[in-house]
Amino acid sequence: MTDIKRLTLLAVTVLLTGAAALVTAGMAVTGLAGTKRPDLQAPPVQIAQAETTKPRAKKPSAANTFNRLMKKPASAPHAAPADDGIHDPENSGTHLLQWPSEAFQSFPGTNDGNRVDWVKALTEGLIAPRYELEDPESEAFTMDLVIVREVKGSMPDVVYPHQQHTEWLDCTNCHDEIFVPAKGENQISMAAILLGQKCGVCHGKVAFPVTDCRRCHSKPKTIEQLRALANRSAWPAKSEAAKKQ
Amino acid sequence: MPLKPMLAAGVGLLVAGLIAFALVNVPPGDAQAEYGDVVINNYSDDAGMRPVVFPHWFHRIRFRCNVCHAELGFEFKAGSNDINMLKIFDGEFCGACHNNEIAWGVENCVLCHSGMPGMRTRVHHSTSDRLVAPPTAGRQ
Ligand code: HEC
Ligand code: HEC
Ligand code: HEC
Ligand code: HEC
Ligand code: HEC
Ligand code: HEC
Repeated sequence: MTDIKRLTLLAVTVLLTGAAALVTAGMAVTGLAGTKRPDLQAPPVQIAQAETTKPRAKKPSAANTFNRLMKKPASAPHAAPADDGIHDPENSGTHLLQWPSEAFQSFPGTNDGNRVDWVKALTEGLIAPRYELEDPESEAFTMDLVIVREVKGSMPDVVYPHQQHTEWLDCTNCHDEIFVPAKGENQISMAAILLGQKCGVCHGKVAFPVTDCRRCHSKPKTIEQLRALANRSAWPAKSEAAKKQ
Repeated sequence: MPLKPMLAAGVGLLVAGLIAFALVNVPPGDAQAEYGDVVINNYSDDAGMRPVVFPHWFHRIRFRCNVCHAELGFEFKAGSNDINMLKIFDGEFCGACHNNEIAWGVENCVLCHSGMPGMRTRVHHSTSDRLVAPPTAGRQ
């Protein structure tokens, strides 16, 4: 195996165990992300005061900032084309291009990717993208068929909705090249998705990214399922007992 | 809480932190590129033109994926469509729209050929990019 492949596999394994634990612990990433933690902010600038005041705590060390990585992206999330690192600021055309922030102003937000909820933007009529090139009036050929894929382990099951997909895409975009159209007949794993296969052909590139676990894993396990799971993994002896009951 | 699950949860959380780092940690050069921007540079650099930057976010406000990826036949893989100017002049690929009818025409070279010289063909900010940090994009 090449180094890159090995690295990826390692990262994938690490990702799955870690995030699954996160979810079981009942700590949604978003919960951590949204709040302003006073203990993570730099202390206010000290102003000269009477001698009796206690000395203030020192600024937290750099180690204390690791959690900032889970914060919502900073206040100016979308760079202007000339500053985004891929457009050449020396090219005259660069300065004529639209700035994403300008276009996204009134769109419902998410935490990652374009930070736009494209499904909502479309259903709320904030955008009206054409379904066919020549015909502005033509309607999408949609289908309302939901497929639930059971997931081994503690992660909520995956709910795959045809409706939201066929609003944007044609059946032939997925069938049969990416998925054969038969429930349960496709092998899908998180590792494949992270490597850009299956759902990962679009998610993680153009459609909302893979970091948004809950949008796919949206059907939580029942308490009974979680209990059975805990018994099985932590205490093998007990699981035998559980089977007998 | 019994010791074993607590340990497991602790290790899990530590690992979760690492993952968050891996997923949020974007390679520096293109850190600010918009999600889904595609750089196409099979021929441009060699021909002395800046690489092409195709913005998905901008086009998907106006067209659904169906238009480009079904009607016009763009494959879901950066660089795999073998686009060149002759095909564009003939109304294929970008030329199906950039023809002064649906959108401004081909004479506006600098709007498409707007990338930093030397960038490789790829879609920006993809999840797999973030997991295996590629060599820094940008000028080399
Ligand atoms: C389905 C039609 C269509 C196709 C195909 C298409 N474009 Fe466009 N593009 C448009 C429209 C419409 C606009 C907006 C024109 C305007 O501003 O009036 C646009 C605008 C742009 C812009 C300017 C964005 C801005 O910030 O103003 C760029 C750059 C661009 N296209 C590049 C491309 C490239 C490169 C391709 C081929 C790989 C391509 N387009 C294919 C329809 C298309
Ligand atoms: C974004 C990808 C995507 C698109 C677009 C899509 N499908 Fe599917 N389709 C799936 C997936 C994923 C499954 C589930 C496969 C599995 O469970 O292994 C599926 C399953 C099916 C099934 C099997 C259902 C069953 O109960 O066995 C049919 C039939 C189907 N699709 C028809 C369509 C039709 C018709 C369209 C267009 C209107 C369409 N699909 C568009 C991804 C897609
Ligand atoms: C061919 C591209 C493509 C593939 C393959 C694909 N999706 Fe999607 N998916 C989209 C697009 C486009 C949207 C619209 C939202 C967006 O762009 O962020 C979407 C939206 C969704 C939504 C809707 C979220 C909501 O807010 O309602 C879910 C859930 C979802 N995808 C799950 C899946 C799963 C699970 C798979 C694999 C079985 C999959 N998708 C495969 C393109 C794709
Ligand atoms: C685009 C949709 C999508 C997103 C986003 C997503 N998953 Fe998944 N996940 C799936 C699908 C589909 C499966 C396969 C289910 C099956 O077995 O049929 C899966 C399976 C899994 C599994 C079971 C093991 C395996 O590899 O099959 C775990 C654990 C998991 N996902 C964790 C996560 C975590 C953690 C995240 C967020 C970082 C996440 N997933 C984001 C669609 C998604
Ligand atoms: C609508 C977008 C668009 C416009 C406008 C445009 N190009 Fe291109 N051009 C492309 C794309 C896409 C490619 C393929 C890029 C690659 O693979 O390197 C390309 C490739 C090229 C190439 C290398 C391949 C070949 O055909 O020789 C040259 C040279 C080139 N363009 C010159 C120009 C010039 C000169 C203009 C202005 C008259 C122009 N382009 C306008 C999109 C555009
Ligand atoms: C205006 C045309 C247009 C529209 C609309 C469009 N795309 Fe694309 N897409 C492209 C072009 C151009 C490329 C790059 C092709 C190349 O480099 O040869 C591309 C590439 C891709 C890729 C490949 C990225 C990679 O390298 O892995 C994916 C996935 C993709 N598009 C998904 C979508 C989805 C999902 C939608 C709808 C939300 C969409 N596209 C809408 C033109 C479009």
